[in-house]
Amino acid sequence: MPGQSVGAVESQRAHFDQPLHLRSGGTLPAYDLVFETYGTLNAAKSNAILVCHALSGHHHVAGHYADQPENVGWWDNIVGPGRPLDTDKFFIVGLNNLGGCHGSSGPSSINPSTGKPWGADFPIVAVNDWVHSQARLADRLGIESWAAVMGGSLGGMQALRWSITYPERVRNAIVVAAAPKLSAQNIAFNDVARQAILTDPDFHGGNYYEYNTRPVRGLRLARMLGHITYLSDDQMGEKFGRELRNSAFSFGFDVEFEVESYLRYQGDKFAGYFDANTYLLMTKALDYFDPSREDDGNLTATMARSKANFLIASFTTDWRFSPARSKEIVAALLANGRNVSYAEIDLNFGHDSFLMEDAHYHGVIDAYLRNIKL
Amino acid sequence: MTHTLGRPDFELIAGWIEPGHRVLDLGCGDGSLLKHLIEQRGVKGVGVEIDDANVLAAIRNGINVIQGNLERGLDEFADQAFDHVVLSRTLQTVRHTEGILREMLRVGREAVVSFPNFAYWKNLRSVLDGRMPVSEDLPYQWYDSPNVRFFTLLDFEALCAKMGLIIRERSVLDEEGKSVTSEVNFLGSLAVYRLTQHR
Repeated sequence: MPGQSVGAVESQRAHFDQPLHLRSGGTLPAYDLVFETYGTLNAAKSNAILVCHALSGHHHVAGHYADQPENVGWWDNIVGPGRPLDTDKFFIVGLNNLGGCHGSSGPSSINPSTGKPWGADFPIVAVNDWVHSQARLADRLGIESWAAVMGGSLGGMQALRWSITYPERVRNAIVVAAAPKLSAQNIAFNDVARQAILTDPDFHGGNYYEYNTRPVRGLRLARMLGHITYLSDDQMGEKFGRELRNSAFSFGFDVEFEVESYLRYQGDKFAGYFDANTYLLMTKALDYFDPSREDDGNLTATMARSKANFLIASFTTDWRFSPARSKEIVAALLANGRNVSYAEIDLNFGHDSFLMEDAHYHGVIDAYLRNIKL
Repeated sequence: MTHTLGRPDFELIAGWIEPGHRVLDLGCGDGSLLKHLIEQRGVKGVGVEIDDANVLAAIRNGINVIQGNLERGLDEFADQAFDHVVLSRTLQTVRHTEGILREMLRVGREAVVSFPNFAYWKNLRSVLDGRMPVSEDLPYQWYDSPNVRFFTLLDFEALCAKMGLIIRERSVLDEEGKSVTSEVNFLGSLAVYRLTQHR
């Protein structure tokens, strides 16, 4: 891997007392955000990049913790000295979104007014709510405008939303493997995942913390389903084919095919650490995301409010948010005469390609970021 | 095809484009032509390119580039979004010849098209000598050529007439990039046309 890791990092916590009015009509009276930063904010405070996370991500974007060398950030391969998000040039900020389960205020954190976990009382948050909360974090860090806001998948949607909500505060938006809104099929997959959680007897209406249990079965199923949509058919075929764990059929319902083993492992691993309420909230944020709704579905009119330069990237094998979905964003930007480049990257890992290390993919991000004048 | 700086058709094309115009360069390569036009003529430009390495090079050059396949049309571009749509040394590589010409004049007021002339006398002589032509403007062997359409100035002008396209200007160059004014279909190696249509 070219470049270096940022090495040992520490997470920080910021508390916000000013109430946050939410898209749903609700209000969060106060909240915490956990975040990490890499590199140094320059004197002009012009070199900051915000990295937004996707459905199951968090603030630990890069590096490792001194006492947990194995705990490497989820996008470590792109951040560090000499890497595309070059910490010798840029100041990188990653945070855990509101509603998350990695330290920021969310359903599993303590509701100060009751002293118990928020559970079902934690309000539904929308992508724009995240953007507003991230803007307050930017204020706290003294960042008036981001050199770039970027992300993949749901993270890319936040970058897009930033460019619309705070056009003066985003100089570049890098939107990877995203879509301007979810399709009926996308929502359908999300709802099956939610139903798996909601119908788990251990869900207890979202207040399972009080019962000292967790809807592990539902969350596991949700993740198994989601995982299928992150991979490409070809990749699954190459990786697993119809390989059996044992040489012959067992004519039962235990794990037989390697793909079953893989999915069950992924489901178990995820259900072991992720919070089911957060999963519900994140999928709803995805479903509701549609900035063009403010303009009767006219995305061109919506993107007219943006002022940023854009890099849009998609992956040929991504069928969750296919290249055609990214091109909808590209068309809306072109119609407004915005500076936009679009790369359609041929990688075999489906939707998950955005997390992979690939010379061409990272070369495109690197080339774009190197041209940003601070 | 990749543009190289200092190419004579660059200067010709630049001369036809006014400062501040909106330019779409189809098959923009590494973005050299657009960079030239942006720096020299103050245009606002976008390129379309299919090849990964060229897309990367264009981004590195700071050019707006949209990765895409010209054979599939220009759906992401709105009607009449550009003053000029340039297709430089690429028409002979496109299968849907009429389709791309129509698309160019849908998204742009004017189309600028350059292509190698297969009736250039050296090309004809090469064929008479029994070998497919290889030249400055046809720099490929028959087995590695991206070219799929082989046509002459006269062929192209007949197609324009059939499609109702108006030739506003035509420049013909020899292999050294010098202007050719007589016997153009025989003495010209590269042709550059400026097209429009009635609206």
